[in-house]
Amino acid sequence: MAKSALLKSSIAKKVAMALSGLFLILFLAQHFFINSTSVFSADVFNSISHFMGNNPLVQFVIQPILILGVIFHFIMGIVLEYQNNKARPINYVKNNGAANSSWASRNMIITGLVVLAFMGLHFYDFWVPEMVYKYVEVNPLDETRYFAELTHKFESPVRTAIYSVSFVLLSLHLWHGFNSSFQSVGFNNKYSRSLHTLGYAFAIVVPVGFIFIALFHHFNH
Amino acid sequence: MKLTLKIWRQKNAKAEGKIVEYPLDGIDEDMSFLEMLDVLNEGLINSGDLPVSFDHDCREGICGSCSLYINGEAHGPDRKVPTCQLHMRMFKDGDTIFIEPFRAKAFPVIKDLVVDRSSFDRIQQAGGFVSINTSGNPTDANAILVPKHDADKAFDAATCIGCGACVASCKNSSAMLFVAAKVSQYALLPQGKVEATDRVLNMVAQMDAEGFGNCTNTGACEVECPKGISLEYIAQMNREYLSASLKG
Amino acid sequence: MALDSKIPNGPISDKWTNYKDHINLVNPANKRNIDIIVVGTGLAGSSAAATLAELGYNVKTFCFQDSPRRAHSIAAQGGINAAKNYQGDGDSTFRLFYDTVKGGDYRSREANVHRLAEVSVNIIDQCVMQGVPLAREYGGLLDNRSFGGTLVARTFYAKGQTGQQLLLGAYSAMNRQIGRGKIKSFTRHEMQDLVVVDGKARGIIARDLVSGEIERHSAHAVVIASGGYGNVFFLSTYAMGSNATAAWKIHKKGAFFANPCYTQIHPTCIPVSGDHQSKLTLMSESLRNDGRIWVPAKLEDAKGIREGKLKPTQIAEADRDYYLERRYPAFGNLVPRDIASRAAKERCDAGFGVNKTGEAVYLDFAAAIERYGKEQAYVKGLDANDTKLVTKLGAATVTNKYGNLFQMYEKIVDEDPYTTPMMIYPAVHYTMGGTWVDYNLQTTIPGCFSIGESNFSDHGANRLGASALMQGLADGYFVLPYTIGDYLAPEIKTGTISTDLPEFVEAENNVKARIDRLINNKGTHSVDYFHKKLGKIMWNKVGMARNAQGLNEAIEEIAALREEFYNDVNVPGDAFSLNQELDKAGRVADFLELGELFAKDALHRNESCGGHFREEYQSEDGEAQRDDENFAYVAAWEYKGKPSDAILHKEPLVYDNVKLVTRSYK
Repeated sequence: MAKSALLKSSIAKKVAMALSGLFLILFLAQHFFINSTSVFSADVFNSISHFMGNNPLVQFVIQPILILGVIFHFIMGIVLEYQNNKARPINYVKNNGAANSSWASRNMIITGLVVLAFMGLHFYDFWVPEMVYKYVEVNPLDETRYFAELTHKFESPVRTAIYSVSFVLLSLHLWHGFNSSFQSVGFNNKYSRSLHTLGYAFAIVVPVGFIFIALFHHFNH
Repeated sequence: MKLTLKIWRQKNAKAEGKIVEYPLDGIDEDMSFLEMLDVLNEGLINSGDLPVSFDHDCREGICGSCSLYINGEAHGPDRKVPTCQLHMRMFKDGDTIFIEPFRAKAFPVIKDLVVDRSSFDRIQQAGGFVSINTSGNPTDANAILVPKHDADKAFDAATCIGCGACVASCKNSSAMLFVAAKVSQYALLPQGKVEATDRVLNMVAQMDAEGFGNCTNTGACEVECPKGISLEYIAQMNREYLSASLKG
Repeated sequence: MALDSKIPNGPISDKWTNYKDHINLVNPANKRNIDIIVVGTGLAGSSAAATLAELGYNVKTFCFQDSPRRAHSIAAQGGINAAKNYQGDGDSTFRLFYDTVKGGDYRSREANVHRLAEVSVNIIDQCVMQGVPLAREYGGLLDNRSFGGTLVARTFYAKGQTGQQLLLGAYSAMNRQIGRGKIKSFTRHEMQDLVVVDGKARGIIARDLVSGEIERHSAHAVVIASGGYGNVFFLSTYAMGSNATAAWKIHKKGAFFANPCYTQIHPTCIPVSGDHQSKLTLMSESLRNDGRIWVPAKLEDAKGIREGKLKPTQIAEADRDYYLERRYPAFGNLVPRDIASRAAKERCDAGFGVNKTGEAVYLDFAAAIERYGKEQAYVKGLDANDTKLVTKLGAATVTNKYGNLFQMYEKIVDEDPYTTPMMIYPAVHYTMGGTWVDYNLQTTIPGCFSIGESNFSDHGANRLGASALMQGLADGYFVLPYTIGDYLAPEIKTGTISTDLPEFVEAENNVKARIDRLINNKGTHSVDYFHKKLGKIMWNKVGMARNAQGLNEAIEEIAALREEFYNDVNVPGDAFSLNQELDKAGRVADFLELGELFAKDALHRNESCGGHFREEYQSEDGEAQRDDENFAYVAAWEYKGKPSDAILHKEPLVYDNVKLVTRSYK
């Protein structure tokens, strides 16, 4: 008799982890795209931001899914870490993990938790004020406020520094996570080599881009 | 060669263990690692101490008995060899060498460096076979053609010696590489395909029940595997599992 | 007691079929009430256990390893023979039968060998259906290679890991039955004695090697599949744990031991590197297809190499002695194992050895690399005179064929066999002798069977390559499951056998007393000390070449060593936990008895045949001289308290289908 138990088995969990991760990667890509416009044109940035902030599909369908995705990815990550720690009750006295695996792959929980903490700050900085602005105080629509809000946040050198460091850890998280997701869903074939290159490029370009944007606004305004 | 050994000593499964230090002299670099331990044990016996227990049998890299975690790595610093084929020329005069048992909840220590890997047997009993009668009269061996490429890939998976280095090296103590090798071997051959759905579901369920951790794709298993079994097989098992779950 | 081999009547090709048709069977409902114990889980044991369970019997298996999959069959490299004739090169059941009898130097039992050849084809079918990934050709059909001593390509293989793949296949069949509850697998257990009740084997006493507990297990039949006894030499290609204890215990309970002196010394092993050596590593016989074996022709060159002043590549072609090609121009480097081994010893004894210890010869691939390289250059339309290119292309071809062996050699010896010749020397590899069995594979104790390497029946005085796997699986999958039914048919009325019978109590007490004696001895030397000493005696006086004087000395020395062992062995620790020294002590104690019988058998056999070479019986040019008139029999020894008191029983070997001739490979 087959003992199928979809979300209980180890493989199902890692697939779920991979799929939610890939979804967050997509979100990250679009987020990066929108933010990068702020470097070139305040107007373009404002109009896209306005669309994202007021389109009902984005606001009431995609945004909740995204939030659920983040929560799911984070809870699942904690659960897996807990189980994985249980699988080795006594640790090695001497362990040389660097001999066979990358630091990033062994420390996803650390990079993940830092990114999570960063997201708390990020929500506090942007998302919470935005929600208050729109749905609590119910202020009138203002298509031009987004750029100013953005640059205002990056006046603080402390915040800019925290953001930059967080992005470095996000980079490490992506360094392993991007390619790992494909392996988890069973994608490992002759195209994997090219995909790996793409994954590593993504893991560097996007976080470095975010850091650039933060620094750009910090020093330009 | 002169060495300092730091070896995990544990009286039995229930006792607490600890690292004990042993100085050792007169080691030849042509010795295998296990022969070095033979020398240590001969000395311990002659001085009235208890020798260090460790699993070993064929000493030619194929039975999969040996299971030592040496200086922080399964089977030590050399690649594509189990402990029995590790030679002392990989070490330098004056080195300190840590020797510990393979560690995982599913591999409890029996004594010193000896661990219980019967969880691997139970995973295989859950489905690691083709259900045909051994006493029957099967069709001629050449009646079913198997593409050479598939046969070779199945063979590469089947070279797993079941030593458990994958579990020992994995930070999560995951047995995915071991299980994937078996699942893939059968899934790649027409004879094994018939039962592929139940096999992967049952073997993975047993693997989880044994208390192995989850795979997070660090790739440590592939690096430390003495037979160089590829991560591709884990991807293959993930595919097999997904399609089996949807079917099953 | 007269030996009854129970060979069925009739023409040899019909014996097995007719016999199977008329044998007693046990009905399926009754099989459920019958218990069978299988000791050892190598190819023979695991295939037998799986098949017996499949048939419906209740099976218990015992192995000393932590998993049945680790039995030493796993280390077999080259392949498995089967008379499939897939290559259309004229192979047939009769040819396989004939080659095996001839290869065994006419000292095996015709009827058994023919049966082996008959079922060989079923083994391949069976294994392929089980998902064993045997090598294939591009068209999807099974591939074959050829092996020493034959003129056809009938060897099936899975790269250099055929034994592993076949054993994992049998182990998977066993797992299926364990999952169904038909097999109970006892791992880390060692059989300590056989229990005989009213003349029949009724169970065993086993020791749980983890808890030290002594257990009683009853059954209606006991199958011994515990392999060979080559570790009596200490250094061998056997696994460290391979032992003769099960086979020796049944011998002491009444099973005759046949032809103990027939040992195979394999010519291509990695030489001993020093006193620390614990085991020897085999390099597949297939290497002799392409490697050329040589030693320096001049003594001073050999001396220079031993002292490290000369390198083998500096020896000019004219100063090399390709002694196999010189002595056996027809077969050259592909003579059978016994002949290649003796020739290497002869050269090294004469002072031409090429390593520190003086016990090594070269196996050189330079010529093969050049030949393959030129061929490849030609095929690819490149310059065949470009030495560098040719070497590169040739090395690639050699890697394809023997890559894993070259890598293994380099890991062990730390020399690159692509650029400098390999060093090899013969090592103990297989024992053709073993428990005497009749046609049913039953020993002289009713209800006690012996299969695989642990019996004596199929290989005579020398085993051909790729035949051991064939015999193990033939016995386990296709022979024993039938023949055991004949014995068990009347047993359906017996019912469950109680382990409280006085015979069980007595056997258990004997085992405990024996263990107590070893553990409380507290002597001054470790078990290995005695094992190494025994090994030295065996290798020097009962090894590749034997003579009456040496054998007489060996018998005395082994008896004396045995006494010393019991007075002076030191087994640390206790008997109530995992104690590997105690495990070893029990095994070495048995080797110390077996070794003496081994030498006694070698002394009595006044002829040279196969792996048994008596210096007194050789031709002028150093070839073995068989004596068919006086020694065409199986020597089956009956235990009478001491090895020296063993009584010889003879089973005459009758050859109706093969003409006895002198083997010649010149």
